[in-house]
Parts: sequence; C-alpha cells; structure tokens
Amino acid sequence: MAAFTLNGKPVSVKTEPGTPLLWVLRDELKLTGTKYGCGAALCGACTVHLNGAAVRSCVIPVSAVEGARVTTIEGLSPASSHPLQKAWIDQSVPQCGYCQSGQIMKAAELLAANRNPSRAEIIQHMNGNLCRCGTYHRIIAAIQQAAKEA
Amino acid sequence: MDRRDFLKTTGAGLAFCIGLTVEEAVGQQASKIINAWVRIAPDGTVTIYSAGAEMGQGSMTSLPLIVAEEMDADWSKVKIEFAPADARVYGYTFPPTKQQMMSIVGSRAVQLYYTQLRIAGAQVRKVLVANAAQKWGADPASLRTEPGFVVNPANGQRLAYGEIAAYGTVPSPLPAVDPKELKDPKTFRLIGKQVARHDLPGKVNGTAQYSIDVNLPGMVYASTLHSPVHDATTKVWNSMQPNAPMGAPESWNDAEIKRMKGVISVVRLPNGVAVVADSFDHARAARNALKVAWSQARAAGFDSERALEDYVRVHADPAAKSDTLDAKGDVKAAFSSAAKTYKAEFRSDYGYHAQMEPLNAVVRISDSGDRAEVWEGTQAPDVSRAMVASALGLKEEQVSFNQCYMGGGFGRRGLGDYAAEAALIAKAVRRPVKLIWTREEDIAQGMFRPQSFQCVEAATDAAGKVTGWKHCVVGDGEALLQTGIRIPYYGVPNQFIERRGVSHGVKLKHWRAVGHVFNVFAIESMVDRMAADQGMDPIAFRFEKMAATPKAQKVFEALAEMCDYRAKRPEGRALGVSITERSGSLGAGAVELSLDRASGAIRVHKVWVAVDGGLIVQPEQAKHNVESAIIYGLSSVLHERVTIRAGKVEQSNFHDYRLMRMSDVPDEMHVRFVDVDTRPTGLGEIGNPFIAPAVANALFKLTGKRLDHMPFTPERVREVLKA
Repeated sequence: MAAFTLNGKPVSVKTEPGTPLLWVLRDELKLTGTKYGCGAALCGACTVHLNGAAVRSCVIPVSAVEGARVTTIEGLSPASSHPLQKAWIDQSVPQCGYCQSGQIMKAAELLAANRNPSRAEIIQHMNGNLCRCGTYHRIIAAIQQAAKEA
Repeated sequence: MDRRDFLKTTGAGLAFCIGLTVEEAVGQQASKIINAWVRIAPDGTVTIYSAGAEMGQGSMTSLPLIVAEEMDADWSKVKIEFAPADARVYGYTFPPTKQQMMSIVGSRAVQLYYTQLRIAGAQVRKVLVANAAQKWGADPASLRTEPGFVVNPANGQRLAYGEIAAYGTVPSPLPAVDPKELKDPKTFRLIGKQVARHDLPGKVNGTAQYSIDVNLPGMVYASTLHSPVHDATTKVWNSMQPNAPMGAPESWNDAEIKRMKGVISVVRLPNGVAVVADSFDHARAARNALKVAWSQARAAGFDSERALEDYVRVHADPAAKSDTLDAKGDVKAAFSSAAKTYKAEFRSDYGYHAQMEPLNAVVRISDSGDRAEVWEGTQAPDVSRAMVASALGLKEEQVSFNQCYMGGGFGRRGLGDYAAEAALIAKAVRRPVKLIWTREEDIAQGMFRPQSFQCVEAATDAAGKVTGWKHCVVGDGEALLQTGIRIPYYGVPNQFIERRGVSHGVKLKHWRAVGHVFNVFAIESMVDRMAADQGMDPIAFRFEKMAATPKAQKVFEALAEMCDYRAKRPEGRALGVSITERSGSLGAGAVELSLDRASGAIRVHKVWVAVDGGLIVQPEQAKHNVESAIIYGLSSVLHERVTIRAGKVEQSNFHDYRLMRMSDVPDEMHVRFVDVDTRPTGLGEIGNPFIAPAVANALFKLTGKRLDHMPFTPERVREVLKA
C-alpha cells in the first residue's frame, strides 16, 4: 500500500511496499513512458522526479514515495510543451527513443536548477544516463537550445 | 493473405503498436485500397505501409517517403503504419537468393526497397491519373500531378486525391509501371529534402509503443532463466532447437518457486525455465530464485581467452580446415619475388548488442488454440511470425503479427526466438503473456559479435607497391567472420583471403557491421604499418602503393579537406585515418585523439567521415545514422568486452559491460556525403568499422606503439606503452 501524488493527481496502490516504483508505474498504473533498462540503477532509462529530484525508479521501493510528489514523462508538461521536449524534436534527438524519457527527465532536473548550464555541466549531470544509439551530442545541443529558450 | 482479410482478421490487434483506435482502423477500411502499399481516404488522408522495421534508424519514415514521392502525395496528409508481416507482399528481393524477405539487417531497408517502392508509388499515381482522365474525358498523358492533386494543364482543372478515392475505381490487374516512367530525380520534392521523422513526437512524451509497453486484459508476466552455458550448434542463427537434448533444464526447485508470491506457473522451455506470475516484479523475483540443474551444453568448460590463443595454433596448422573467401593472381609468386614482406597479427574480443530495451514479446492465443497474436519489435516480422507459428504448430495464416518500435536492434532482434518462447508459455498457461528477459538474462544469453584472430601478410615490390596480400581470419561464426574482409577499394593484384572456422557452442549473431569491425581493423592497421615503414603519408601510400580505386580516392580527398589533413594537430594529439566499405557504401574516416599516459585512457576529440552512400533519401537521418555508428564504434573499440569462463558469460549488467557515456563523446563529429549518384546504398553501419584502425593508427602516430587487440581498454593501452 502506498499513497502519493502522481503527475499532480493523488493515487493509491495496493502493491506490497518493497515493489520498485518502476513496476508500479508501468504495470499497475499503466504509465509505460518510464522504461526498464537494467533494473539496477545503472542506465537511467527509468528516471522520474521524486519531489522534483531525478531518481532511478527501478530501485526506489514504492513505500519510499508515500506522501511524495512523483512526476513521470507523461506528466512533465501538457501536450509535450516543455522546452526540452520541443528542443528534442528540433534537434531530432531520438533514434530508437527507448532511453529518451529518462534523458529528458534527467535534463529537466538540471534546467530547473541551472538556467544556463555549460557543456561541462551538462555532461557531468547527464553522464549516468546511457544511450546506445549514441545521441549524446544531440542531447547536449537540445539542452543548450532549451536553456536558451526557457 | 489479402490486405482486406488481414484487416478483418486482425482488426483490434492492429491498434496497439501503431497508435490507431479500433474505430479508426474500421473507418479506414472505407478508404480506397490502391495497391498493397497505399490506401486513400475521401478526406485526402493517404495511408502508406512501411516495411521498415523501426529500431531508431528512421526507415519507417524513409520508406513511405519514397512511395509518397513517386505518387506525388501531400506529405502533410500521409499516415504511416507498419506493413503486415507477409514477405510475399511486403518483402524486398534479396539479390543473392532472389528470396522475398523483410529482415532489416545489413543496412538494407532503403537500398533494397528503393526501386520497388518507387514503382509502387508510380502505380498509385497512374491509377489516380487514369480516373481523373476518365472523368474529364482527357488523355492521361496530358495530365500532371502536384502534391495531392491531379491537374489538367490545358484548362486548369484539379482533382484532389481524396475526391478521386471517393468515386474512382482500381483496375485489376493494376497497371504495370516501366522504370522509365519513374520521376527524374531532379524533380524530387521529398527525397533528399529535409523531412521530420514520423516517430519523433511519441519518443519525447512517452507515448511511443514498444512491445514491452503492451498491456492486454488478463495478461500475465513471464521471466526466463536459460542454460548459463550456451548451446549453439555450428549454425549461426540456431537459437532455439525444439526438444534440445543439450543445455536443457533437468530439474529445478519447483515447489519452492511455486510457493513464491504471485507465481502462477513454471514452464519448461527447450533451453530454459520460465516463471509466470501476476506481475513482472514477482516473475523476476522468482526467476532470480530458480535453481536449475542443466544437462551438459556444447559450450561447457569454454574459456574465451584460452580459445583466442588456440586460434593462433589453428592459423599455424597447415592441416587446419580452410575456406577460401577470395583468391586472385599468384600470391605465392608475389611473396617469393617480393622486395619486402610484412606480417602482423590482430585479436578482437566478443561484443554484445546492448540494445536498451531488453528482449521481450507479448503473445495471446485464442481459446480454441487456432489463432495467435504477437506483439514484438523485430527486425524481421516475417521470421518471427513463422517462428511463432512453428512453435505452436499453427500455419502462418493463423498468426497475426503486430510490429512495434524497437528499443534498439543492432542485429540481435531478427530471429523470433523470444517471441516463440512467449508463445510456448502462453500456450502452457492459457493466458496472454508478456515475456521480458531481465538485463542479466539478455547479457548471459547474448548472441555475440564473434571473437577473432587474424593474420595479415603483405608483399611489396622494389618500388614499394603492394603486390601480394594474405588475410586469414580464425574464429567461430562462419559467415559472420568474413564480412568486410575483402578489399575491393584497393587494386592489389595477388590476393588470398581465407577463413578458418572453429566451433564453441557460443551463440553468435550479426552485430552492427559484425565482421567489418575486426577485419577492417586488421586490414587498415596493416596498411598504416606499411606506410610508416616506407616513410610515406598514409593517404598517399594508399593512392600510390595500393592502387586505391577512384571512388576510394574521392572519399579520401573529401576527408582530407574536411579534417584539414595537412594541419599540425594540437600538442599531445594525433590524427589517424582509415577506410571501409559496407553495404555498397564507402567511407573514409579520421579521428584526432589524445592519451592519458598514466591511466592508458584514450580520448577521441574529433571525428570526420566522408561517405559515398549514393543517393541520400533523408539527409538529416542519414547523417544521424552515421554519427550513431561512430559512437557505437567508439564504444566498442574503447570499452566493450564479453569474456566467457567455464562456459559462462562473466558480465551481467552495465557495471561490468561498459558502454560509452556522454563524457566520452567527441567534441566534434563531421559527416559529409560525397558522390551522390542515382542509387542509394546502406548507411546504418558505414560509420562504425573505420573507427578501430583510425584510433590505432592515431595512437601509433602519437606514441610509436601499435594496438593489436580490440577493445583498447586502458589496461591494454598501458601494457602496449610499456612494451
């Protein structure tokens, strides 16, 4: 059992407390934009915001989000209007796209704290999120574009 | 199967991975089906099937774009759907075998579908023009088309495609199209122009549907544990032998697993055990608790490092079985009369695909057992459909297949092996099943890029020209070993190229340009050694001493201009160059790197590549594909290594199978397409194979030391520096 705020709305789930948030989001709440990549906090595909901070939902037990605010890619903005989502399309970032929800959520955390990050700051912040298609350089460009426009 | 039948029989099933509601799918049946690829609705919506499996390379957009070009569709009114998994209708013709197939491997999508889809588009245009001509009483030859309209230039009459669809008729048989009737490429409106990818919007807001995202009513979850010791036979794509006698589960802690929370069933598979539960988290926990006794598998006791050293003995053994891959001229004479000979050995380790979406599939079987539905992201929907049918004892017509986006493919997703497993599990539990391999399973059961040993020998004459060339590759994987081993871009008169195969029982598979990765490494490292020995510039050496072809010279010339080849590099940095072919394309590339001598870490700062890729259908995506392959290449060359000990894969997740991260990305990557002629060639992999030799050659320039074992991990670089 856990009750929390998901994308601005209260939810309560019956899953046992140790279940990773990732599977609660995907299987119980049917929000599948958050992805399973490694199950061990190694790749970042499952990144969501917990009270505004980017976390790896594959290793966060649902009991740990009791009373908290959780935001997933589905709740990041209405109609894909976040500057990062627009920049992601402008820079044609996604290839297979599987890691991109996690990339965008991680980048949103950065822009919320730093309106004008340098290339080095972007790399340092984003370095835990893997992209096998190798879109890293376009992710950097998209974050820079979004920072400029935000 | 007829398209109409397909829509009828699969109706609701279509809705999942292509973003259609059932109502939309039904509504579109009212659209006019012009041919197998195109239907047009009265409101002007043009729906085009894409046979391009979408694993990130953009083919699902570029293939319909080719149809839209020839039929003069208004691109803003085009909807794209994945084509049904029927190779007889939607397959390309594979030139060597004339077989109809849908496998998107080896950068085939655009190059092999190009003409077929142009003709399909032209056929649609012909039908539309004929209908307008009939209505107007005009000569069809006098009419023109503009995007979405047939136009009569004589009197300015216009008919929208949607209007024609509302009243028009489709002749049977459909009109033939002579390739001479196709558009003059100079008049292209879409091909070669900037067009946004169809799949981008869904990939920035979480709505893009991968098979791992499919939810069905009453669905249960499965996770598998396979024999940790591989049991591949000598056949490369043998993945799932029914009733496999080896590497099979003999017994397991069944009672204990069945007592675990949420567990519904435990299912025996040919080479594994599946746990079925009410949630994936429960299935995974039970899978992790499985203790299985396995029958002996072929790779029992295998040690990859020891095997690599055994390859040296295979090469040295005159009695070893050898397959000649290419032979021309008189190699013996070239070597016996040589002014100088060269010899070098190279090694390369196993590589893992590491696609970000772990392998998974969803299968639902009808209560009567005579129909099955599959949801999977696959490079070969026709193969998957056949595999599922075969696993269930059904005819292909009884299996409907729903193609989904792939979270990466890179050669792994083309066998239907895990879809067939999902089908077996669904049959056993009589419920819809989503099977997900854990990441640990995905690595342990990887189908790897083979490891290899290579010996390259060259002979030069008194003028330093290369007159003889011998290349022997030793390893497992049959045809996988030999891609990229020929050197058609050089004019060496006497050549002997051979493969010496061994078999370990380790599962192997195509992997983004597969054999090119280690073969081009060996070839282009050897060329650089000879150039250095002769005190020549490496590019000039290729032109003057290796008779580089005019096309090869052209990409090198473009490369030299791009990277300001003659310029002095910053202190502590050096440039290395190489060339590769792949899938009809040719690419010359350069890297500029530096080295942290204390740690042995190589840092690549800049990459340039000049590509002869023929006609480019989507310039931005073509560039993106090449950039992606550069990163894939760098990642494999600098970090990636699978080792197998006592028959078991030693790596288990991304902490010990290291992929390139953002901090390794080069500061600059430059891609240029040269010699854009009338025919497209493959672009998904051309950016990858040149990386290893370019890095090794640059490191030589910087340090005077040669790297001869991929990957160039910091430990290996430190050893080479000490030597």
